[in-house]
Amino acid sequence: MKQVMEFEKPIVNLKEKIAELKNFTKDSEIDLTEEINTLEKRLSVLEDDIYGNLKPWQRVQMARHQDRPTTLEYIEKLFSNFIEFHGDRLFGDDEAIVAGIAYYKDRPVTVIGHQRGKDTKENIRRNFGMPHPEGYRKALRHMKQAEKFNRPVICFIDTKGAYPGKAAEERGQSEAIARNLMEMAGLKVPIICIVIGEGGSGGALALGVGDHIHMLENSTYSVISPEGAAALLWKDSGLAQKAAETMKITSYDLKQLGVIDNIIPEPKGGAHRDVDQQAVYMDHIIEESLRVLKDHTPEELLEKRWEKYKQIGDFATL
Amino acid sequence: MMPSGVEKGGVTLLKDLFGKRKKYATIPNHQAKTDVPEGLMQKCDGCHKIFYRKEMKKNLNVCPNCGHHHTLLAWDRIECLFNMDSFEEWDKDLITSNPLQFPGYEEKMEQDRLKTGLNEGIITGKGFIEDQAVAVAVMDSSFRMGSMGSVIGEKIARAIENAREQSLPFIIFTASGGARMQEGVLSLMQMTKTSIAIKRFSDAGGLMISVMTHPTTGGVSASFASLGDYNFAEPGALIGFAGRRIIEQTIREKLPDDFQTAEFQLKHGQLDKVVHRHEMKALFTTLLDMHKEGGEIS
Repeated sequence: MKQVMEFEKPIVNLKEKIAELKNFTKDSEIDLTEEINTLEKRLSVLEDDIYGNLKPWQRVQMARHQDRPTTLEYIEKLFSNFIEFHGDRLFGDDEAIVAGIAYYKDRPVTVIGHQRGKDTKENIRRNFGMPHPEGYRKALRHMKQAEKFNRPVICFIDTKGAYPGKAAEERGQSEAIARNLMEMAGLKVPIICIVIGEGGSGGALALGVGDHIHMLENSTYSVISPEGAAALLWKDSGLAQKAAETMKITSYDLKQLGVIDNIIPEPKGGAHRDVDQQAVYMDHIIEESLRVLKDHTPEELLEKRWEKYKQIGDFATL
Repeated sequence: MMPSGVEKGGVTLLKDLFGKRKKYATIPNHQAKTDVPEGLMQKCDGCHKIFYRKEMKKNLNVCPNCGHHHTLLAWDRIECLFNMDSFEEWDKDLITSNPLQFPGYEEKMEQDRLKTGLNEGIITGKGFIEDQAVAVAVMDSSFRMGSMGSVIGEKIARAIENAREQSLPFIIFTASGGARMQEGVLSLMQMTKTSIAIKRFSDAGGLMISVMTHPTTGGVSASFASLGDYNFAEPGALIGFAGRRIIEQTIREKLPDDFQTAEFQLKHGQLDKVVHRHEMKALFTTLLDMHKEGGEIS
């Protein structure tokens, strides 16, 4: 049973009612086919109405949904022969980030992503997907290896942010993030980034510099969580819903702001309702991105990357 | 040694015995606070001694008694390092367009423009330290806490590009609480924009010196501030990624007083050197000279 969010309760209730009627029809003489048909039509309209018009806060809930597929689940669906490699060779292995190589349609690629846990036990091991510096340094080690062996890099972004802890600060959280930004800027192989859940600030960005940036429809990408923004701006974290709207954090907002290239559609009700279908949608985009990027020389790639980021931001002249 | 808590407890007890303990606090009213002509005297934030403001300013806002480094405004910083006759400011007229249409943002910016006389929390340009031309960017924390939005990102990126094209070394003084909330994800993307500019500059052989001043945190610390060939900081400056309060809440533990100071970062290998403000110019002069050979952009 998937966790039900408040706003989708009418849909779930109606679905239950239809199931009940169907069950009833099976064991009784009375024919309810017509009623069922009517209700199913209503369901379809209701689904379109609710899922088709999600408010920013509802998308935040989708992005954070406990059943939302994680990096490793997508890796399993999209690639073959994934081999995970560990460690940053400097301090340790941060399980909040997974990295390795795999085949994407017979072509070796480097895959890196934030990794949340699916339950409390795994979440503790993976630090709720919030990396320490060694996680970012592991990621960078894999990127440089990808460059050496001329493999494209595919990054999955899914984190509340870099871990705000004492040890993380002592080991240079800032430097680790900054270093990744700079090195990704100059990496001579294609980089494709896909935001699959929450894209939380610098901790997300440290895997997020690339040639093509895509977002799942119900994922978010933001400089700060809506709760954090509300606390900072209005001294009231209860205004998170308002902040989710004001801060412009949905895939549609980011597309409009020119920050991302494509929105990847999600199955009705969110990625967690049909992971296979979600993987198919992602597959289309990855294939297309790789096709476009494979013809660029390294010099063209870097020049285009600079051109892409140079124009992000907006200002006026006095 | 007696723990300080017990010691304090003892003092309180004595005071209570003699009935001399104040049962109330005096809150000075606004009038009293402003009785002293504004700007004449200045209390040191470090040792709390009082000095003539003029004396403090002459000392580059470093306390003559304890050496505490107070905030230095961007123009004051530039004046103490550069020959002002030949300083050329870049992109002065860039201002925010309020890209997210954030309510109240433009009014706040207008207030800060009036308060500081700056159009944004940064000054960029070209100047001479002794006879060496450099591109420079100086952030100003009195303008919206030096928070970084599109304009700051753009001005830094342009300054670095200018440095690359004109074969100049690039020096940046950071002072910022991090990303500017009112520009949301566009602020975040300035981290990328500036980092790519630095990569291009660095690949071309350019010399970049970063000096982190109080405070350098969040997205600024996690991008250009940490990407110099040499990363310096002023004594006592607060430098870090996450805020102290957030970390204390996360780990449920009180952090040591020196946490995230320049000295703490030096101890943990995150800085090349902590540099006293009075020694900054001499260090630059030497460093620039040492990079004349081979430090030039090809």
